[in-house]
Amino acid sequence: MDTAFIIEKLILVVIVFVITLVIAMYSTLAERKIAGFMQDRHGPDRAGLFGILQPLCDGGKFFFKEEIIPAGAHKSLFILGPTLAIITACISSAVIPWGQTLTIGDRSILLQVADVNIGVLYIFGVIALGVYGIMLGGWASNNKFSLMGAIRAASQSISYEIAMGLSIIALLMVTQTLSIGEIVAQQSGFVNWNIWAQPLGFLIFMTCAFAECNRVPFDLPECETELVGGYHTEYSSMKLGLYMFSEYINMFVSSSLMAALYFGGYNFPFMYDLGLSENWITIIGTLVFFLKIFGFIFFFMWIRWTLPRFRYDQLMNLGWKMLIPLAIANIVLTGIITIVKDTYFN
Amino acid sequence: MTIFYFVAFLSIFFALMTIFTKNPVHSVLYLVITFFTFTVHYILLNAQFLAVVNFIVYMGAIMVLFLFVLMLLNLNKDTEPMKSNLVKFMGAIAGMCLLATFLGAFKVIETDNGMVQAHENIGLVKNLGKVLFSDFLLPFEISSILLLTAMVGAVLLAKKEPRVKHG
Repeated sequence: MDTAFIIEKLILVVIVFVITLVIAMYSTLAERKIAGFMQDRHGPDRAGLFGILQPLCDGGKFFFKEEIIPAGAHKSLFILGPTLAIITACISSAVIPWGQTLTIGDRSILLQVADVNIGVLYIFGVIALGVYGIMLGGWASNNKFSLMGAIRAASQSISYEIAMGLSIIALLMVTQTLSIGEIVAQQSGFVNWNIWAQPLGFLIFMTCAFAECNRVPFDLPECETELVGGYHTEYSSMKLGLYMFSEYINMFVSSSLMAALYFGGYNFPFMYDLGLSENWITIIGTLVFFLKIFGFIFFFMWIRWTLPRFRYDQLMNLGWKMLIPLAIANIVLTGIITIVKDTYFN
Repeated sequence: MTIFYFVAFLSIFFALMTIFTKNPVHSVLYLVITFFTFTVHYILLNAQFLAVVNFIVYMGAIMVLFLFVLMLLNLNKDTEPMKSNLVKFMGAIAGMCLLATFLGAFKVIETDNGMVQAHENIGLVKNLGKVLFSDFLLPFEISSILLLTAMVGAVLLAKKEPRVKHG
């Protein structure tokens, strides 16, 4: 491993990290702007042009507020909770392919931090770890509302992880690889996008992604009408900010995952027919990928201001009695279609 | 090799912390870290699939459920049941028996086994899947039935029996 390789990866990591944080920051503004648009009002428009500096003001406010650790709280775990939440949110973007290779001089740079051949499983591991942040924070607060929020988060996350995994299994049967880089590379053009092969799998995956991100209509862990503020009731200043931030980062990462796994990632229609050079295809591909991600983030927000929250038993019934059987049926169906295709149409 | 010794030291250290810490929630967290060091061990052995499955299943699912139960229990020093000396004595004997079994088992393992060195990429997903579904198909399917049995048993235990009236 030469030094140039390490420096190249280091720069890529820093860029991905900065982009993730900036997108998470501006998602908070976008959320309020979209809420304003849907409710026929302006939204924040005082700080800077069209409120463009609003996230900076919010961040500054979070940093300068008094930090309160309740007397009955478990101090070290109270701090560990938001730390874990933000770390797990940030590390999951390591295996997402942001683009093809970029050739500068005689070096070709792969726009993906780590092309591990178990990328899909890595994402699952990180998602599974993500729930610790919420659980520890909720328990360490020593507050019954926080504890109930934490317990809701844990059971919701475990329930929906199963359906998510099953929907991914059907996708893996089609792609026959666990590497996200390879999955995206297979979907070149438009007709090869996995959404056409796995429409039902995508719907299940998306529903589970909403639940894993604790977004409306699955935001039971922070259900303010029942639990004051849910798992972060006792949190203030930047620790609360980190919890909210990790939610937006999770939303960004799951949007990019949906775009990469089902909507072709950096691939766009007629990408090789325009007569562009390799580097231009890579750059346009990356831009297209981000466009797709923004589309999904908008969809997340659209749903938030459209659907009301589920009741808790409805949430559990949907997860265990609807999505899991549906995902298993999808696996069986995919298997049958693959066999029929192999035997009769080859 | 130095990495192995460092990670092995961490595994044993956190395993001991799991036993010696007083707070049950801390104990579970140390156990989580112990499992994480196991994941690192699997990666060092080039067993990627086992590593990530250990990560997802043990750290991500089973330990979350442990934590879940402990959080609901509200364990304090006052409510902690004191074990009788007989139970402690039996526990010590059982632990010693386990230690003796492990020592005996490790003594007969040949570390320079040709089978292991000939298939050093056996831990990658593709190779492992091929082996599981060809050479070891029967044990694999039987273990899945075992898991199904456990699942049905758990559902049966959790299901509320209709109350029978006595007298």
